[in-house]
Amino acid sequence: MPYLAAGDPDFESSLEYVEALAAGGADVIELGLPFSEPIAEGPTIQQAVVRSLEGGMTPERFFEFVAALDVDVPLVCMTYYNLIYQYGDEPVRSFVERAAEVGIEGVVVPDLPAEEADLLREACDEFGLDLIFIVAPTTAGDRLDRIMERVSGYVYVQARLGVTGARESLSDHTEETLARLEEYDVPKAVGFGISTGEHAASVVEAGADGVIVGSALIEIIAEGHETDDSTAAVAERIESLARELKAGAIEGGQRRPRPERT
Amino acid sequence: MSTDGDDEGEFDGFGGRYVPEPLEAPLEELAETFDSEIDSEAFREELDGLLEHFGGRPTPVFYAETLSERYDADVYFKHEDLLHGGAHKLNNTLGQGLLAKRAGKERLIAETGAGQHGTATAMVGALLDLPVTVYMGTKDVDRQEMNVFRMRLMGAEVEPVTRGNAGLAEAVDAALEDYAENFEDTHYLVGSAVGPDPFPRMVREFQSVIGREAREQILELHGDLPDACVACVGGGSNAIGLFSGFVDDEDVALYGAEPAGKGLDSGEHSAPLSASKQENPQIFQGMKTKVIDEETTNHSVSAGLDYPAVGPEHAALQSLGRAEYHGITDEEALAAFRELSEAEGIIPALEPSHAIALAIKLAEEDRHDTILINLCGRGDKDMQTAAEKFDLR
Ligand SMILES: Cc1ncc(COP(=O)(O)O)c(C=O)c1O
Repeated sequence: MPYLAAGDPDFESSLEYVEALAAGGADVIELGLPFSEPIAEGPTIQQAVVRSLEGGMTPERFFEFVAALDVDVPLVCMTYYNLIYQYGDEPVRSFVERAAEVGIEGVVVPDLPAEEADLLREACDEFGLDLIFIVAPTTAGDRLDRIMERVSGYVYVQARLGVTGARESLSDHTEETLARLEEYDVPKAVGFGISTGEHAASVVEAGADGVIVGSALIEIIAEGHETDDSTAAVAERIESLARELKAGAIEGGQRRPRPERT
Repeated sequence: MSTDGDDEGEFDGFGGRYVPEPLEAPLEELAETFDSEIDSEAFREELDGLLEHFGGRPTPVFYAETLSERYDADVYFKHEDLLHGGAHKLNNTLGQGLLAKRAGKERLIAETGAGQHGTATAMVGALLDLPVTVYMGTKDVDRQEMNVFRMRLMGAEVEPVTRGNAGLAEAVDAALEDYAENFEDTHYLVGSAVGPDPFPRMVREFQSVIGREAREQILELHGDLPDACVACVGGGSNAIGLFSGFVDDEDVALYGAEPAGKGLDSGEHSAPLSASKQENPQIFQGMKTKVIDEETTNHSVSAGLDYPAVGPEHAALQSLGRAEYHGITDEEALAAFRELSEAEGIIPALEPSHAIALAIKLAEEDRHDTILINLCGRGDKDMQTAAEKFDLR
């Protein structure tokens, strides 16, 4: 499950990059609607946000972007609550209505705590969108219950503390957090720091149903942008990493110990 | 009043805690530590002792004779500029520093604009033996250089922040990122009544000593409550500290002076309450509050007021009609800066110069007979700006 900031570095190239992800075998694509004031994003995603905003991205352009996409993969919108709250005449509902109209199937809002999410939950129910929540290594007890009561689609398991960004090695929080979630019957997608097929394999082996990869893909875009590579060349690299990640995830599934029958 | 920040940090529909999930648990823990310590006698005793012997509290209230005659009103100053460090910031950094120590944290981080909060954090870090990192926009590193030297001298690391507007808001972003990485051993010592819960109500609590003292002192000096209290509003901590002492006295009018920069219509200011046309609050840096319009460039001559949003309790006080907020331009603030220096022999910081300018306006319009101004900082840090503006070289 790849993540890209829509419109990074510009509208047209970004369409091609998202289509490359689909071609590379993505099962769900998370599309970031950039917000000028993200909290606790690492430099890679911050710079993607800046490129996209400088390219003229706005909520309305984002919806046009989604409408213009030619992919056959479920799309999830990831954005900050301010944009959802400010859009249109009716706080929250207008945004969700428009998102549903262009074919978005779910939303993730990193800065919206489950306790404040009633309005968004209602709107998502009304328009048939999934509301995905993030669970961190620090999420436990009552908070975890409250989140799991409200989640739909899948739960985004944040594998490590700190800001977003691709890392060399995986965090050991992953297994611990997955274990805490075992009793909940919701698909678990693990993200934060995953950058290679081998990471993907070990995360799935540890029990994840999916892996979310953002910064590693965005770094390809950033590099291509800096060296002025053609959109097609960058798209090819993106497709190839998407393929590697997908193969890794499948391999991880096969490595998983078979459930014992009793 | 219903603005006292309940358990979820709601001030009449403003405030709250809008942060990424990993920060929820540490902030909840901080809220719990605060709620339990603030009621503990041992904590209060330690804090009050330090405020007195390290900080120099109580700070006096001063009757400004020349200004009073000139504007035909009784003008009083709460002398927070005499608090150790030269601004009200120490009230908050001592309180949070002690909390951090009790919570077992081993490191302090802070954002700073004018450098006063960074300095007050560095002081407390040195006092309590906690290493300190201060994030400061490069724009402010340049215009408040003396405070950078002070912080470094006391052992703090000053991290210049270059992104975006390179000011206070960006310094907050950088500090939040550090906090997200390191909260297990690090306390983020937020410098104003802003951000996610519990910061706005916690900072208000630590600054409320200003209003508590001032109320007693003016009753003693003047024999009555003031008609109006005036304070400058960046994030709003010195203002909420003063207001908290008078908010239940319905006859005392409360005024916040916001930085109108080059003018409320100029498109360059940091005055969300007096200028924003937006009906809806925004969600910004973890809180629901008023923020300047998107088309407006954040600007103020005063680094400490140069912040695009405002603490949620001020947004609530405005919407409830309990306090009024007015814009004061750079020029008006500079004029008040000079006037107080000449008239009373007190060089104020550029931040409270906004409050002084607003108080003068109120007196000129004959709106109030007795005005209490929070003189929340001294102007040493602004000498470079003053030297340029007033040709002092
Ligand atoms: C002297 C002084 N006054 C006021 C402020 C503004 O902060 P607040 O609105 O939180 O009092 C600052 C901030 O740096 C300051 O240094």
